[in-house]
Amino acid sequence: MNSFLDNLVLAFYVVSLGLHIWFLYTDSRFIGRLGTLCLAGGVVAHYFALLSRARAMNSVPYQDFYGSLSLFAWMLALTYLVIERFHRQRAVAPFVLPFVIGFVAIAMFLSPEPAAVQRTVAHGPIFALHVTINILAYAAFALSFVLSLLYLAQDRWLHDRRISSVIWRFPALDVLERMARSSAIVGVCALSIGMVLGFIWEHRLLGHYVSGDPKEIVSAVVLLVYATYLGLSRKTAWRGARACRLCVASFFLVIFSYTVVNFYWSSYHRFF
Amino acid sequence: MATPTPSPLRARARPAEDALARIVLVGVNHRTAPVELRERVAFNEDDALRAERELRASKLVEEAVVISTCNRSEVYGVVPAHSAADAMANGGAAALEGFFSAFHGLTPETLNGSVYHHENDDAARHLFRVAAGLDSMLLGEAEILGQVRQAYMTAFANGHTGPVLNRLFQNALEIGKRVRTETEIGTRPMSAAFAAVKLAEQIFGKLRAHRGLILGAGTMGEQLAAHLRDRGMTRIQVANRSLERGLDLANRVAGEAVAWSDLHRVLELPDIVVASVGGDAPVLTRVLVEEAMHARGDRAMFVIDLGVPRNVEPGVADVYNVFLYTIDDLTQIVEQNKDARAKEIPRAEALITEQLAKFQAWQAGLRSAALLAELRDALQHAREDFLRRHADEMKNLAPEDRERVGRLAAELIDTILEQPATRLRGEKELRRKLEEIEALRRLFGLDKDAP
Repeated sequence: MNSFLDNLVLAFYVVSLGLHIWFLYTDSRFIGRLGTLCLAGGVVAHYFALLSRARAMNSVPYQDFYGSLSLFAWMLALTYLVIERFHRQRAVAPFVLPFVIGFVAIAMFLSPEPAAVQRTVAHGPIFALHVTINILAYAAFALSFVLSLLYLAQDRWLHDRRISSVIWRFPALDVLERMARSSAIVGVCALSIGMVLGFIWEHRLLGHYVSGDPKEIVSAVVLLVYATYLGLSRKTAWRGARACRLCVASFFLVIFSYTVVNFYWSSYHRFF
Repeated sequence: MATPTPSPLRARARPAEDALARIVLVGVNHRTAPVELRERVAFNEDDALRAERELRASKLVEEAVVISTCNRSEVYGVVPAHSAADAMANGGAAALEGFFSAFHGLTPETLNGSVYHHENDDAARHLFRVAAGLDSMLLGEAEILGQVRQAYMTAFANGHTGPVLNRLFQNALEIGKRVRTETEIGTRPMSAAFAAVKLAEQIFGKLRAHRGLILGAGTMGEQLAAHLRDRGMTRIQVANRSLERGLDLANRVAGEAVAWSDLHRVLELPDIVVASVGGDAPVLTRVLVEEAMHARGDRAMFVIDLGVPRNVEPGVADVYNVFLYTIDDLTQIVEQNKDARAKEIPRAEALITEQLAKFQAWQAGLRSAALLAELRDALQHAREDFLRRHADEMKNLAPEDRERVGRLAAELIDTILEQPATRLRGEKELRRKLEEIEALRRLFGLDKDAP
């Protein structure tokens, strides 16, 4: 999977990371804008890279773990870009982009050629949308996890009065909290839609609903946990570090759902 | 108000004069003179304009800008080309220094040892350092750039500047901005009050929608309240043991005074609490803050304890979502910031050197243009003289042939000048270029003003 486009994607993301770190160091608005522009360039190039792979496979690239990772990285970058523009904060990028770059690099260097990927019987636009939207949900949850971690780190530094030069560049605690919440809202909405689409597709394919599939149960729990987080984080007593800790803990459930449940537990979701 | 750009037409009008003109600076600052003396040589806006006018009227300088702040009074002038060599030889800076003391009704002895003067590149570098905040008492302070801009704009608007000072101040404003954006020399808070406000913003973001409570009516509390107000906070309450003094402060910061006895009732409202009260016992106990936090649903609270002895029990720092900073914590942040700013000096100096090279290149461009113009004039005169002297030898030639000879001679001059002109136009190897200009000037006998 070492096409020119894939290399371009990686280059865009790496340059964007470098520029964002430079921005964090210098606070130069020009450098920050350049970093955002590179990230946008990366997202666009990544879209075309995924499209080319999808055309080769005649399917959205979720059939194998690596294709799914690349799709996840793209969703993460896209969600971050939207959240960055919405909240007008660039300082978080150096903590999000390494994940994007890591996932893209793994997908690039380890992913088999599209022809070698074993196809599942699962297909059709509803199914493709179901998986894509669920991956978007995971990406949004990952972003809220990173933002919550940043909140907790900064909260600790401020409480301990450890004021380093970088702290002045970070978004305010209040902003980080709102960014994490926005991201979790995207995740909850996407997961809800993704699950509904999954049920519709399941009914069309089998003529009935499968009850007791572990993936469905765990996804419902994930939805419940994040809905609880969103509800509690608006209540004053839970605002701040407590809500962020809950958000961080919730993400481990997402990882569990994405890996262990997919690999070992669910017979219907043993693809990506 | 946009900074004016120097007129290129004006710059082209007298290249020879501008090229040979010298920049002179005379001034005193916080390093060379105590505040008592600085007060006596300060210029208000009218004084500055009058000084610039008088300096130009006296023909001592062609262009003038006066910068006057609480820490410095400086006069920048451009000594005209025709008198530059003489003026410098006779102490042009000394004449400007004499004007400086006379303008303020002081004898030169009064300023003895306090006045510094710089010329040309040194004067330019000094101005660039001033604009960048490197020469300020508070390293990297932002206000000086605005003050330099204001001084220049006033002089420009009144016609006291010309091509040289226009270019010099344009460069100074540019480097002042560049140093602040490309280094961290001006980014960190340098006073305890400002550090507290920056911390508040780090917790709450924009302060517009938040509330503040000032305990005590002391100077530090007032200073902090003013900073909070500047950052957009509109709801500030003041509680003081003496309601009358509390009312005074509340009026000054456009806030609301509350009775000291109501403290336990109002404590649940503010997001930022500033305690600056005299007395030995803490006024904010852990129990009191815990009750307030419970009442406000554990929303974050930033408590700034400026009191010595402390006004806030140390245990308050352990209450959930309470951020407690004492005056020592804030002072420590300021000290760290001072060190961090000082570490940025080499980077700032490097940028200034770069800007100075740019300014020198502009000056060299003027000089080379002036030299070439003079050289062309001299050669044209030589050509005309030559043709006149050999007119008899060409009398048998047809008029059109004589004209052709003249034209060919003119073309020969252009050919001779082409190579030096190309080399002098190059931007690289500035020093060699300047040496070449001087060598050519001497070679062709154009340096009549030189000693």
